[in-house]
Amino acid sequence: MTVIAPQRAPSFGEVVAEFRARGELVVQPRMGFADPAHMRQGLLATRDARAATIGTITLDSYTRVGDHHAVRQALAAGADLNGYPIVDRDPTTTASMLDGVLTPRFPVQVRHGSADPRRIVRALLDCGLHATEGGPVSYCLPYSRMSLADAVDYWRQCCETLAAARGPGREPHLETFGGCMMGQLCPPALLVALSVLEGMFFWQHGVRCISFSYAQQTHAGQDEEAVAALRELIHGYVPDARTHVVIYTYMGVYPRTPGGARRLLAESARLAARTGASRLIVKTTAEAHRLPTVAENVAALEHAGAAARAVPRRTVIADTGIHAQAKALVDNVLALDDDIGRALVIAFARGYLDVPFCLHPDNAGRTRGYLDQDGRLWWQRIGTLPIGDLVEPPTVQRMTSADLLGALRYVERKFDDRFVARDIGLDAGHSLHLEQGV
Amino acid sequence: MSIEILRAAGPDTRLDVVVSSLSSDAHTWNLVYLQLLLEELGCRVTNLGGCTPDETIVHECVARRPDLLVISSLNGHGCQDGIRLIGTLRACPALVATPVVIGGKLDVAGGGDGHNAVRLLAAGFDAVFEDTGGLTPFRSFVHTLAGRAAAPLGAR
Repeated sequence: MTVIAPQRAPSFGEVVAEFRARGELVVQPRMGFADPAHMRQGLLATRDARAATIGTITLDSYTRVGDHHAVRQALAAGADLNGYPIVDRDPTTTASMLDGVLTPRFPVQVRHGSADPRRIVRALLDCGLHATEGGPVSYCLPYSRMSLADAVDYWRQCCETLAAARGPGREPHLETFGGCMMGQLCPPALLVALSVLEGMFFWQHGVRCISFSYAQQTHAGQDEEAVAALRELIHGYVPDARTHVVIYTYMGVYPRTPGGARRLLAESARLAARTGASRLIVKTTAEAHRLPTVAENVAALEHAGAAARAVPRRTVIADTGIHAQAKALVDNVLALDDDIGRALVIAFARGYLDVPFCLHPDNAGRTRGYLDQDGRLWWQRIGTLPIGDLVEPPTVQRMTSADLLGALRYVERKFDDRFVARDIGLDAGHSLHLEQGV
Repeated sequence: MSIEILRAAGPDTRLDVVVSSLSSDAHTWNLVYLQLLLEELGCRVTNLGGCTPDETIVHECVARRPDLLVISSLNGHGCQDGIRLIGTLRACPALVATPVVIGGKLDVAGGGDGHNAVRLLAAGFDAVFEDTGGLTPFRSFVHTLAGRAAAPLGAR
């Protein structure tokens, strides 16, 4: 039988699924450059890397906050930007930047960090792209001052815009960022719950191809349990979507030595492989110091791809209660309102969802995470989270600036440890290297 | 903007300090850390959080008349955003003499050559703490400021 189908390129979700069927972990950078020629060079280098890669255009932070005046001013003055300004570049400039870069095997995702990405979503669709990421909670609370209710409304519109762009050869893709909240010190159950809730929100507003994020935290066994819980909840709550899990290499304070940075990256790649995740967002050896170069990104992609190869899937995973906590958090939100966006707003207002150390005005700020001596991340305070019957926070709840710094730097120290003798100035600049992502 | 923090028992420097990021910078761990640190030094801290527009910083400072404004930025736009902010602050009569300091990773290139510091000081900041310098200079600055604030008014 001969079927003549219209010419169409596989969508983001399909390409990831094809790699997964071949047993390959898709690896992806966070790359973004202001200059179109530089951006193009970065995408081509990503495509040519010796690994299963997908491209990234990370936008600059003026675009993220919607300050297009500042973008245009910086472009006019020739000042550097920390990403590609997709909204303010002429669409023909972006189209020629992408010409010959996009192929059926190499989709490109736009990463932005914006609480109101309406113009970004329109711009990326106009440029022939169809994949992006974020979420009404995860790109509002940590990265903006916008009210959560507004962000929910803007993200609803974005989902509808993406859904309306579905067509032959185009299945829009949206990835939750909820599994990465704050980068560190957010206990895994809340990361899993937020990732699931954002995915359900996308689904409710018409997006059909969804990936669910989870950021590597401080303990490999705990992370395995969290990803297993995430997969189970996706299966139960978003059963009809095309889905996959994306792991983020550690987003907290990153090792400063090249050796430590590579070890942590390799551990995240093995975590992805063991837990059956399909995709990994990598970090580079430059992470603790500055924005990475194209070559550093390529090296990270190849290192991660190699580290994941031939790692067997883990079948038996210990249960310390992450699934039960995450399910309780999700069910509690779903019981508040049939509209998931409204339910999210109510949940944060009542402290039923409450992100540790998040300074946003709509976050109650009554919860806190801490690390035990084995590096497991637990609740120190649960505020009014509906998990009182599932966790037992410690009686001593004091945290000094030194305690906080110790927890924030736990992974950095652990992974730099064996390389530290060759490092220079480890103590000199430690105080303000407190990254959280974008 | 609130985060529940247990006040540390420490010598009260009686400094009212406002901690803030800059308009395009979403990093906040640095702000949480600085709040805890300053509270341990006995300061009363108002934390304005991340992505703070210039108008919000000016408005809060005019309303609160802090003894110190601490700007912390990590996203590489700190130098250009900081220069714009300090111009706006210094143009406000109430804030002409308010001590304002900035620290973090202040440019995209990784800086550290002192060039940023020269520009930021010339623009009106009282001190610049690039992240290669560690915490000691910042602590000393706060202590010195607290000492000045504690002196009789006539000596200030």
